[in-house]
Amino acid sequence: MTDRATVYARIIELIEPLNAKKVALTEATTFAGDMEMDSLTVMDLVASMEDEWDILIPLNMLPDLETIGQVADAVHGLVVKKG
Amino acid sequence: MTDLLSKFDPLIAEHAGLLSTGIRDPIGVVMETVLSPTEAIIKGKHTILLGTYNYMGMTFDPDVIAAGQAALRDFGAGTTGSRVLNGTYQTHKECEQALMDFYGMNHAMVFSTGYQANLGMVSTLAGKGDFIILDADSHASIYDGCKLSNADTVRFRHNDAADLEKRLKRLPADAGKLVVLEGVYSMLGDVAPLPELVAIAKAHCAMVLVDEAHGMGFFGEHGRGVYEEQGVADDVDFVVGTFSKSVGTVGGFCVSNHPKFEVLRFPCRPYTFTASLPPAVVACAATSIRKLMTAHDKRARLWEATRRLHGGLKARGFRLATETPESAIVSVLMPDQATTALMWSTLIELGVYVNMSRPPATPAGVFLLRCSICALHSDAQIDTVLGRFAQAAQMCGLALGEPVAA
Repeated sequence: MTDRATVYARIIELIEPLNAKKVALTEATTFAGDMEMDSLTVMDLVASMEDEWDILIPLNMLPDLETIGQVADAVHGLVVKKG
Repeated sequence: MTDLLSKFDPLIAEHAGLLSTGIRDPIGVVMETVLSPTEAIIKGKHTILLGTYNYMGMTFDPDVIAAGQAALRDFGAGTTGSRVLNGTYQTHKECEQALMDFYGMNHAMVFSTGYQANLGMVSTLAGKGDFIILDADSHASIYDGCKLSNADTVRFRHNDAADLEKRLKRLPADAGKLVVLEGVYSMLGDVAPLPELVAIAKAHCAMVLVDEAHGMGFFGEHGRGVYEEQGVADDVDFVVGTFSKSVGTVGGFCVSNHPKFEVLRFPCRPYTFTASLPPAVVACAATSIRKLMTAHDKRARLWEATRRLHGGLKARGFRLATETPESAIVSVLMPDQATTALMWSTLIELGVYVNMSRPPATPAGVFLLRCSICALHSDAQIDTVLGRFAQAAQMCGLALGEPVAA
């Protein structure tokens, strides 16, 4: 079982190369507001997270995921559900 | 009061910044007189049109014009109604019959635009609990169709069969699945490897919809599109297309052999809750579609002109999005927004109209000058364009690569 802390740490690693503005990454950092990530970059990040954990993150889930913490919660939930 | 438009301030600033450099407004082009499918007067200047998607040059076809005039006279200026109420005339049925004959399919549904055809088909086919699997580079109308549906939307890497398979494998085996593909992707002008993609979709029990907006008219023996040319017609469930490219007018459609297809006319909101096309438009479309069935010479000419432009630009050192001409779209890669805008503006001053494209409309953050070729472009026009591209590059200080032999 992958715990949330492990998921969060790996998400940070996946975001780092896309963090063009070199913003400090915390649970509360937002993708659009703080990192100014464009929609195409967000979708690349989604694809890499899907491949990392062999899960599906439907595009329609994205509007509710504004912060890194929210993404970690969602991914952790999907990983747990997958079993 | 919060000004709801203040969220667009960055866009206003970007546009103003662009214009402050003294260039022409890329979104302010007005065609004052249209001389032919390949020429217009813009700001008083005679301009070669190389960005119109008017691939088969049907806009001024005498038979098409005559059909439109007769329908305008006999049926009036508009239907003032929805297809499912008072908005279906004899002309609309004849247009759908022309589509069925063109595609060799049992059913056809005509929408008011190509955008609405994708919006309507994608959102109606896939509902809550279903999955839409779409190419990452899909057109905005497909993405918007996903938003309008209540389905879960999954994206795969552009034209990547292995990535599609990986994502399909993660879906529940018994869920409804719609794989959405395009024959030609309009930004880079590249063609999809449909046999691989469709085979994987079918192996995972997905239905397949292919958008042939930029392939209709000149791919395949009957001009049906890339799916015909690549021999996957039997495995494609729905083909979506448009009248605003090769057909030369406006409107959208979907054709299919699905036995229950006709029911879609009721639940499909972008079909039902809008007025149908004017009779003159569908009469023009029907006539054009029937002429496209046998337009073999024009198809050959379109490919010839496309090869001439693609080869000529390469020979002059321009960087192109595809190594070889894959479709009638030839996209020139540009280094950044400022150079793209300057090149675009210089070309229009020199009398050549092309499309300027930038992210997020383009994939992978690229900047493009997009050319779409018409079967009616003469060799002389293409050569003029090539000369003006080279001249513009020089005027703009655009660094060109080593000339590559065509």
